[in-house]
Parts: sequence; C-alpha cells; structure tokens
Amino acid sequence: MNTALLLEMAADGAGERVAIGSAADGCVWPELLDRARSAAGWLASRPAGTVAHLGLNSQVVPVALYAAGLAAKPFAPLNYRLPDADLRRITARTAPSVVIADEDMAARVQGIEGVEVITRAAFLAEAGAGHEPPAIGAEPDDIAILLFTSGTTGEPKAAVLRHRHLTAYVLSSVDFLGAADDEAALVSVPPYHVAGVSAVLSATYLGRRTVYLESFTPEAWVALARDEAITHAMVVPTMLGRVLDVLEEKGERLATLRHLSYGGGRMPAASIERALKLLPHVDFVNAYGLTETSSTVAVLSPQDHREAVASADVDVRRRLGSVGRPLPALELEIRGAGEERLAAGELGEIWVRGEQVAGEYLGHRAIRDDGWFPTNDSGWLDEGGFLFVEGRLDDVIVRGGENISPGEIEDVLRGHPGVADVAVIGLPDDEWGERVAAVVSPTDVKTSAEELGAWVRARLRSTKTPELFEFRDVLPYNETGKLLRRTLKQELSARPAPARPAPGPTTSSSIASTRGC
Amino acid sequence: MKLTPGSRWKCALSEAEFVLVRAPSMEGELACGGLAVLAAAAERPAGGAKPEGESLLGKRYTDVDTGLEVLCSKAGKGILSFDGRALTIKEAKRLPSSD
Repeated sequence: MNTALLLEMAADGAGERVAIGSAADGCVWPELLDRARSAAGWLASRPAGTVAHLGLNSQVVPVALYAAGLAAKPFAPLNYRLPDADLRRITARTAPSVVIADEDMAARVQGIEGVEVITRAAFLAEAGAGHEPPAIGAEPDDIAILLFTSGTTGEPKAAVLRHRHLTAYVLSSVDFLGAADDEAALVSVPPYHVAGVSAVLSATYLGRRTVYLESFTPEAWVALARDEAITHAMVVPTMLGRVLDVLEEKGERLATLRHLSYGGGRMPAASIERALKLLPHVDFVNAYGLTETSSTVAVLSPQDHREAVASADVDVRRRLGSVGRPLPALELEIRGAGEERLAAGELGEIWVRGEQVAGEYLGHRAIRDDGWFPTNDSGWLDEGGFLFVEGRLDDVIVRGGENISPGEIEDVLRGHPGVADVAVIGLPDDEWGERVAAVVSPTDVKTSAEELGAWVRARLRSTKTPELFEFRDVLPYNETGKLLRRTLKQELSARPAPARPAPGPTTSSSIASTRGC
Repeated sequence: MKLTPGSRWKCALSEAEFVLVRAPSMEGELACGGLAVLAAAAERPAGGAKPEGESLLGKRYTDVDTGLEVLCSKAGKGILSFDGRALTIKEAKRLPSSD
C-alpha cells in the first residue's frame, strides 16, 4: 500500500467529480490518476532515486507526488524561497534525483552532479504521454516524502515520512468520499510545507476539489475564494490576519466559505475573535502538528471555539488559545526533563505516539523504540485535556529554576494598545541563569518600557515581567510565519547585561531596564 | 496468510480488492465470499460462482474479536469473513478536518 492507492480509490469512486482546478473545466479524478501513472512511467525510466519539485503551487504537486509513489521513489518538495546557495546545497543532497522545476526557476538548480532538471511544461507533457506505469509501486515502509524542515536555526534536516505514516494519517482522520459534491478547498500553503502534502492526500480521499493559489497574497486569496466558491481553506496565522484586513476593507464576507482551519504558529486571541465576529457562518478549526508527525496531531473544533467564546468560565474561555485535543488515533503526553509524565497544568515537553508519527530524519531517528516521539515543543494540558502549545522547548525561559513560557507573556503584552507584535526571549544571566526580555513592535499608541512592565506585573507574577524592553519596527519571521526568536536571542545576547542591583547604563538607547531585582 | 498492515488482497471470486489496515490479534483466515483471499499479485482462477453480497469501496470492515480491520479499495461481490465470522462495517467517525 502506498499513497497512490488513495488516488486509485478516488478515481474509482468519485469519477465525475473535479479533482483539481475550477468546477467548470478542472481535471477529474480518473484524469489525475492517468497523468500520475504516465508520469510514473517516465520517472521509472530515469536514473533518479528521488523526485524533487521546485515550483509554485499547481497541479504538478499532486501529479508528481502520486507519480513518485507509483514509481517507488521519494518525493522531495524544495523551498524556492531559499537563497541560491542554500537551495543548491539542499538539491545536491537529493542526488541522484530529477527536479521538476518551474520554467523561471530551473536555472537555479542546473549543473548539480547527479541532478537532472525537467521543466514544468515538459513534465506535464510526459504526464500526458500515456507512458506505462511500473508494475509495482512503493511498499508501506518505503519513503514517500522528504521534507527539508524550514527550521528556525541551523542546516535544514531532511524529515522522512513513509507511505505507512501518511496513509495511516489519512485513514484515521478523514472518511472516504466524505466531501459533499460542492466542496472545494483553497490551498495556499507552499508545496514544501507538510500542510501542502497532507492537503493533497486528504482532499483525494475525501473526493474534494482543490484549487491552488500559486503564491499567497491576501488580495488574490480573497478573490480566488470568492470566484471559485471555496468552502474549505487552511491558513497560517500571518495569512489569516492579512486576509481579515482585506475582507474588512472590501466588505467581502465569502458566503460560500464553511470551514477555515489555521495552524503553524501561535494565533493571537484577538485575531481569532475578530475572525469569528467577521465570519459568523464559518467553522473554525485550530490544528497543531509537525512535519515529523505527518501533519495534524491535535485540533480545536468549531464547537470548542463556540463554547470558549460563549463561556463565562475563564478556564473554558482560555481554550480559544489552545490547540484543542489530540486526534483519537494518537496518544499525547506532557513529560518533564527526566521524561517523567507530568500532571495537568504542568509545563513540559509534548510527546506523541501513533501510526502517523514518523519522528525520523535522513540519518537520524528521534522516535524511541516504544514509538514515543519527543516533539521538542513545550506545552501543557488543562483539566479537560486541551493542549496549550507554548513554543519550541529551547525557547522556554528558565529563570532561577522556574520555567517561564514566552507565549504567556507575549499574549499579555499583545493585549496592550501600544503593542502591535512582540517576542519574549530569555537572555543569559549570571545570577538567575536567564532573564526575561521583550522585543516590541509598537503601534501608533505611545508607550514606554515602564508602562509595559507595569502592565505585565499587574497581570502575571513579577518573575515573569521582562527586565528589558527593546522597540523595533518589525520582528523577524521565516516565510512560513514562524517567529525567529533565536535570531533575536543571539543579537541581544551579544550585548553586555545591565549592572545590578541598581539599573545600570544600557548599551543602546532603545533598551530600557525596568527592574533591577 | 500474512496479514500485515498495508498488505493488499483480492477476492478469489470477484473484482473486490482490500487493504489490511489493522492486523488481527491472532492468526486466522481472511475470506471473501467464503473463499480465502488472494495476494494482490496472484492470478484469479477462472470460473467459480459469484458470491452473495457486496464489499463497498472505501468502507472499513472489522472483526471485533481480534481487532482485524480491512479497507475495501475496489468494490466487488462477496462478503468478508475472518475464521468464519462475518466482518462488520466500521462506523465512520466525524472529526473536524484540518486539511
């Protein structure tokens, strides 16, 4: 069994439905299967071991993904936003390989040893040429997907997802042909993101039409959602905020949209409350997952959203900021530094176990022999089993033995009218191990370090109050919307700490110390 | 008959095909229309009576006693059984999809 079985089933069972493209003239499921089979026949004739893709969203993504499965070769979507040197280094790691590249990107990966380049148009011609596919496709334990993790630090790791992980994820999370006839998904996450992979597989098994947005802009997203009568979509937090701005500006309410899922980073509570108000006819789902877990492992359902918003109970209301409960097919635990299981309310590392969990990279297995995978994300469960993700484990600030979650402090600061965006980080400290610092991107409302310090102290413990505030126009994010805390930490750590106990002279006029301790 | 997850099988008497989703807790014989299923790559013998009932595309069939779970990947005549017990359709779950 491999991922292509999902497509074979859809071609059998949903023959008349459009798979990719517009409702009027898109390609139907049996056509998509024919293209994947022909492309697989062509791929089988190449010396390539791996099938890489360098391009924007298009029908090449599902064709190449399924063709690779039928030809028993791993599929590796590459990040076209990387600088040339990084892109070439990653591409070289896929050799021997064939890279299917958009016409305007092909030159970037020419001339790498063991790497054959074919343009998008030439590949689609092979997909339409009626080549005979190989008799035997990938086995369940073969590698289906190689994803070079975007990472917020260091050389990208090549995460390995096998066919059995991905098929287990799909079979356990969606029903075969579970989509209504008129359903259509708008996919705008880049193809090299795990959500782009799971979007292909889930839509296939559901029998749901997919419309691709080549590359995200909020204006294009809104226009396409309206013109294509989109019912389902997935966005990362930075996309949602920008989409909401356009909707407000244009007075557009996307009447056909039923279901909007978001994930891939921390969503400010204000954004989601604004979305719920602006689009009351839409079901919202917050999804949490990792590349290494074949995408989603926990979801906050539409019902959870409504209950949280309507509740007077502060604990229930707070769940709007959670990622909901683990999928039923998974086990999830919070563990301490000694790998001991922690109780509800305690902050630790999130561990997961289940058939969709790969936890593997080329040359390195992070998953344990008993199937448990340490995610390197920190979080906690409330009494109702709702999961709160606080960020990467490395981002947790340990001050005087106390674990402090940056996310909690950031949420409080975002509630201040003078704060547009904020990153809270830990800086090395001789006395406390680490001290809390906040980098703030201000709004037009004038504020000061003293005022923000008092704001946090009034709402959280004083140990959680940042000792340092730095003001900047913008904060650094990577292209999939992940805040690059590490970058800020390195920049600020390079500066000498202010003297204690009295607040000493600061090294930069934009840094203010609010607390001497 | 090695019923490992992901292994593919077909009915000896019809077009029906199956994927094993969950292995049974004890060994036994998976049959379609009363006859042992064949490995996906095997040749179907000619002739044979068309079996009663039907296996439906995309449905999951389960044996409660052993936890065996089978997905029908191609529809066809014949009802699945394990060691003589007819498998039952597993109820669809309704999860909020995130994709």
